[in-house]
Amino acid sequence: MITVIDYGRGNLFSLDQALKKIGAEAERVHAGDGVEAATKLILPGVGAFGDAMLGLKERGLVEPIREAVARGVPMLGICVGMQLLFTKGEEFGNHDGLNLVPGTVRRLPDSETKDADRIPNVGWRKVHPGPAAAAVGIEPGAEFYFVHSFAPVVDDAADVAGTISFNGKDVAIAVARGSVAGVQFHPEKSGAAGLAFLKAFADKT
Amino acid sequence: MTPVRILARLDVKSQNVIKGIHLEGLRVIGKPFDLATKYYADGADEIVYMDTVASLYGRSNILPVVQQAAEDIFVPLTVGGGIRTEADIVAALRSGADKVAINTAAIKDPNFLTRGANALGSQCITLSIEAKSRGAGKWEALTDNGREMTGVDVLEWAKQGEGLGAGEILLTSVDQEGTQTGFDIDLIGLVRDAVRIPVIAAGGAGKAAHVIDMIKETGCDAVCCASIFHYGKLDIPDLKRAIADAGFEVRL
Repeated sequence: MITVIDYGRGNLFSLDQALKKIGAEAERVHAGDGVEAATKLILPGVGAFGDAMLGLKERGLVEPIREAVARGVPMLGICVGMQLLFTKGEEFGNHDGLNLVPGTVRRLPDSETKDADRIPNVGWRKVHPGPAAAAVGIEPGAEFYFVHSFAPVVDDAADVAGTISFNGKDVAIAVARGSVAGVQFHPEKSGAAGLAFLKAFADKT
Repeated sequence: MTPVRILARLDVKSQNVIKGIHLEGLRVIGKPFDLATKYYADGADEIVYMDTVASLYGRSNILPVVQQAAEDIFVPLTVGGGIRTEADIVAALRSGADKVAINTAAIKDPNFLTRGANALGSQCITLSIEAKSRGAGKWEALTDNGREMTGVDVLEWAKQGEGLGAGEILLTSVDQEGTQTGFDIDLIGLVRDAVRIPVIAAGGAGKAAHVIDMIKETGCDAVCCASIFHYGKLDIPDLKRAIADAGFEVRL
């Protein structure tokens, strides 16, 4: 059973459909007791970092999530849900994150050149595997759909599971540390590659 | 350079996909679900649904169509036509859409873009601009699926829309739309240079060379096609292979 944390930030329709499509059993929880009982968690999310953290705090979810991860419950963060795993976020001011992966979420590197990658980064990107790729289950050469303006700067390079090349720089877009993993892309919007990625998480024991 | 995105557009009227020339003279092409399923299997990077009569009649029937698609199609879906209020945006997102394309309602009340972006994020607010040539270097924004003049200058409107919170611009040349004779390169290049958000070029693709020339000339990295796919002149895998062969990155 996959427990999807619903804290009022983002549209879970497509994630529900994708989990149904791969035959995964899933439930949504809105409060800490649901997280305490979970054996596998997904932390989704869209919007701004600070506001998303507020959504978790308002529902008393921060400590239950941190405790679940301390117990070794696998958790996958998606999009802003991945960003929240980090120590801090710099979107609209400085905000504390869940601090499960050391690092800071910053604005994507900008460039003034004519053929610059534009921000937000919207579209499909090939993910280059990082040191922790195996823990996340990203296939070499797989392409996923992104829409974001911020991405983490990871303190410990060993935590990086995948990067994209953006304005000439390698940007971390997938991380794994202990039982926690996170991806900036939207697997539920990434066609067959995204469904395969979710299936690998669902099947993980 | 950013990988090129290929979007397939479905103009929907009374449960059918239709297509015309210059947004007029409409023909029935097929059922939305069948076409969307085919384009998804073919590798469309996104699918755009346009309710062609919603602006005219003030109502939208497209959401059940989108919801059915979202149960089986796992690429981003955009819904346009008849999006007038924040409640309309929420309803579209709840039906499985990822973005809404807004034209008429934004021209009438530009701050609608800001309200939508603040409530739901810029990433889901696409400003749809229908551009009609008014002499060299001048285009007027039309509304109501190309039916109504506004007097609004396209370049100014694109810049204003970006400032108001649009996350992307879907730019359709009404002059080229449905003609399959190539893109309005001047329009696309000027709009793209005027803003820093992604621009999706639409209107006029008749063969792969049109798309490749447009990308080369303008740097625009997203293109939205309808007729070329509907009439089977070029399928998505062939178009993508041609773009890759021309030296651009694309998801194959």
